[in-house]
Amino acid sequence: MNGAGFWKRFIRHRSGLIGLVFLVALVLAALFGPILHPVDPMQMMGRPFQWPGANSRFPLGTDNLGRDVLSGLIQGARVSLIVGFCAALSTIAIGITVGAAAGAGSKWVDDVLMRITEVFQTMPNFLFAIVLVAILRPSLPVVVLAIAAVSWPAVARIVRAQVLSLKERDFIAGCRMIGMSRWRIVTGQLLPNCISPVIVLASMLVATAILTEAALSFLSLSDMNVVTWGRMIGNGRGSLREAWFLTAIPGAAILLTVLSLNLIGEAVNDALNPRMREA
Amino acid sequence: MTSRSRYLLRRLWQSLVTIALVVAVNFALLHLAPGDVVDVLAGEAGSADPEAQAALRASLGLDKPIWTQFAIYVGKLLSFDMGVSLQSQQSVAELIFDRLPATLLLMLPSLAIAFLVGVGLGTWSAMRVNSFVDALISVLALTAYAMPLFWLGLMLIVLFTLQLGILPGGGMGTIGVEMSMFEAALDLLRHMVLPVLTLSLFYMAVYTRLMRASMLEVASMSFVRTARAKGLGEGRVIWRHIVRNALLPVVTMLGLHIGAILGGAVVVEAVFTWPGLGSLAFEAVFRRDNTVLLGLLFFCSLVVVIVNLAVDLLYTRLDPRVDLGGNR
Repeated sequence: MNGAGFWKRFIRHRSGLIGLVFLVALVLAALFGPILHPVDPMQMMGRPFQWPGANSRFPLGTDNLGRDVLSGLIQGARVSLIVGFCAALSTIAIGITVGAAAGAGSKWVDDVLMRITEVFQTMPNFLFAIVLVAILRPSLPVVVLAIAAVSWPAVARIVRAQVLSLKERDFIAGCRMIGMSRWRIVTGQLLPNCISPVIVLASMLVATAILTEAALSFLSLSDMNVVTWGRMIGNGRGSLREAWFLTAIPGAAILLTVLSLNLIGEAVNDALNPRMREA
Repeated sequence: MTSRSRYLLRRLWQSLVTIALVVAVNFALLHLAPGDVVDVLAGEAGSADPEAQAALRASLGLDKPIWTQFAIYVGKLLSFDMGVSLQSQQSVAELIFDRLPATLLLMLPSLAIAFLVGVGLGTWSAMRVNSFVDALISVLALTAYAMPLFWLGLMLIVLFTLQLGILPGGGMGTIGVEMSMFEAALDLLRHMVLPVLTLSLFYMAVYTRLMRASMLEVASMSFVRTARAKGLGEGRVIWRHIVRNALLPVVTMLGLHIGAILGGAVVVEAVFTWPGLGSLAFEAVFRRDNTVLLGLLFFCSLVVVIVNLAVDLLYTRLDPRVDLGGNR
């Protein structure tokens, strides 16, 4: 693939560019926020229920326990981004391994792996994630694991289908003819050619992971020692009447983050498949 | 044997294998949990007499080898015995069937509304591709698709319940008021508006996006050009040729959503304190009631398998091109 051409097409996609700019800003805020705004999000810092803008010390106000909303938002951004990226990476890793093994392996291996994939697809995603986190006890690694456990089947199916169709091509037959080992054909020839549909999926996977993490921590199924956007919403729920901004602000942060990731995903898709754009 | 009955048998066999594996996963999860039922009970009672604990374990069969326990577990599930809730001492099957109607009452209208409106908006958007309407619908669908459902529900409560005070924001009915049948039905409807709206907005976004993409894809196919070339009117081409074929992936998606119907509303039920299966899961999480959680997971997976099977069989009737001898 031509890298410069890809960027040209990506940038032409205005909404994708907006998404990218927002995401970069968010990553910067998560990285440097705690330095620019060094306030402990777990500690009581002032009078509770101060509205945004009412007190310059608390630009986004304070919650029911007098904790700073802005610093909570910053820590929540860290958690969301870390969980989102780790979960997407694990999902892709599991999905590629299973999908490649099923596509390139014997009929028997393929049957067994596809049966297992179907089982994971059968169990309702969010319910399964809830059960996993509840049983293994809430912590960030468990949340990442639970999200990966419910999302990998989609990746595995795509990779398997891709490997199956590539396997019949002439260039693979050529590799076999010159005596390349099966392992080298799979890792060196088949997988690199399966990467582009997975890349298209990647930002959607991060987005879904962030939404799932938020829903889990809204149900208190997350690490209790860090502030997350989902738990800020759950916490604000108790004071919807007097201070709905406590719920609105973290929710808007989730919405904008997920929206940016989806926009980036669409732009990447169009940039990788320029043919589709003309439709 | 005809190819259809062979196909039916194979699908049935596959479904049984899937259910068996779900049971195995459930059992594994039950044993992954740190501590067993007896530990949980002892923790709640605040005391732990080792002898009494051992006796309790023996009476529950927890001292037997793991394979024996698995056999007992499978045997119980076959008679639909999913155990007893540690908290309420009610049977899990009973709890689930108590809550099932409420969830169906929420999900079926949501999916129906979402499907009709989503298909409509997607079609409209695709017919005016790259126009203002198309852009507007796309932006709205993208936004709804990116929204956390529980947050959307809470924001609707802020607006319609707390600020405007026109719709109830929780529960299934007004408590402690004498009402006639008609008034009670109206009351139920009023309680359904916000949760149904929340759920259907999300599914609507999915169907709108899918329908638009599917319409555009079908519209570029050669049989559509043929239809135009032989002089068919534009309306006929769109409705009879494009929309009908574009509906297929949307209907497939609807089938998947109907299968997952029971697990689909957990957070929304939690937000609106809607007494369905989702709230049951939510309460079980809070009370560490793993038996109920695993019972729910098993039951909902069973429904998915059954609905998938039904949808597949329906497809073989609807679409003669479905490959009966096919590879999976």
